[in-house]
Amino acid sequence: MALSHVFESPVPGFNFENSTRNLLLEDALGEGKSNAPKPLKTGTTIAGVVCKDGVVLGADTRATSSEVVADKMCAKIHYIAPNIYCCGAGTAADTEKTTELLSSNLTIFSMNSGRNPRVVMAANILQNMLFRYHGAIGANLILGGVDCTGSHIYRVGPYGSMDKVPYLAMGSGDLAAMGVLEDRFKPRMEQEEAKTLVRDAIRAGIMSDLGSGNNIDICVITSKGVDYIRPYQESEYKDNRQKKYKYKPGTTPVLCEKVVRLELELVHETVQKMETS
Amino acid sequence: MSHQIENSRGLRSQLKDSVPVAGLCPQAGPYGVQDTLRRGFSSVKNELLPSHPLELSEKNFQLNQDKLNFTTLRNIQGLHAPLKLQMEYRAARQIQRLPFLPSSNLALDTLRGTDETIGFEDILNDPAQCELMGEPHIMTEYKLGLL
Repeated sequence: MALSHVFESPVPGFNFENSTRNLLLEDALGEGKSNAPKPLKTGTTIAGVVCKDGVVLGADTRATSSEVVADKMCAKIHYIAPNIYCCGAGTAADTEKTTELLSSNLTIFSMNSGRNPRVVMAANILQNMLFRYHGAIGANLILGGVDCTGSHIYRVGPYGSMDKVPYLAMGSGDLAAMGVLEDRFKPRMEQEEAKTLVRDAIRAGIMSDLGSGNNIDICVITSKGVDYIRPYQESEYKDNRQKKYKYKPGTTPVLCEKVVRLELELVHETVQKMETS
Repeated sequence: MSHQIENSRGLRSQLKDSVPVAGLCPQAGPYGVQDTLRRGFSSVKNELLPSHPLELSEKNFQLNQDKLNFTTLRNIQGLHAPLKLQMEYRAARQIQRLPFLPSSNLALDTLRGTDETIGFEDILNDPAQCELMGEPHIMTEYKLGLL
């Protein structure tokens, strides 16, 4: 159907048509209760550490939606490139989509130029993208990877801030995790020691923060390859839920049995041959 | 004489929605008054209430990026560089289908470099998958500045 009040074709990208209506609705309903749906936050603990010949990234696996755990096995370490992985905290959909876009852009770049992408390129692309939206995209990311210049960890904030540090923790449980990291971090650690350190940092975050919990994922990136261990450590508090609720025949005792025959009368019969040639 | 007036108004109608001026009547029709038949009733409350803070910056994002890039290029290489590039941009921008049909803008994309990047404007609100269509005559008249 052709609309006569549309003068130009729609602009691709974000659509702000309903923002005025939403503001008016919130004011009208407001005064204490707002019925706008809340986005799914990851409420996380994520951490990253540069070790001797690589990078170790770790994350918990709980995703919360206000007070309910929405996902017990959420994957917070996202793939960006074969040598770059990214942990995301903040709004779950924002981190997912942003990392997917980043991954696509880096793949196009490496196909065009024939080179492996560098971690600093990924950090720059993220920075430009997030600054453009002035923090409306709630993605706190830890980018880690190994490239031809060495192993690096970058922190990118939702407003586009970038930080290059040797060890890092983010999310709602970052205070507890940072405490453990500050205590035991040494430059150029061995890989096993770094894995234990990250595991302990995430565990501290899980113990002290309501928004983090369940299992711990670890991702080790070296120049030789990537080891994505999911889960590295399962939580002790598991529930044994049966997925099937079928009972064995004989569970209910049969007391008596009565068979009643239904008298049916054959009224009409047709035979149709099937074409089986 | 009438030819000239049509042409200049055509150009102006292309620029008019790209950089909105705050303070003037935003929906002025050709006579300076709001075109009630086509744009609906206007109300002061609609124009005073702030819409999304990103709306304005997103609308002008491409223009502002271009301005930034051209100014930097002028400072580095001199006036000739942005002039030549802008001539190419103008030529590429004219390769389009009629306003109500989707145009691929391939030359413009290649010049800008957006054929090698993916952003939110490639995923969300794709005009090729729009469910509504504008009335062809009205869209062409608006493009030519006759409306």
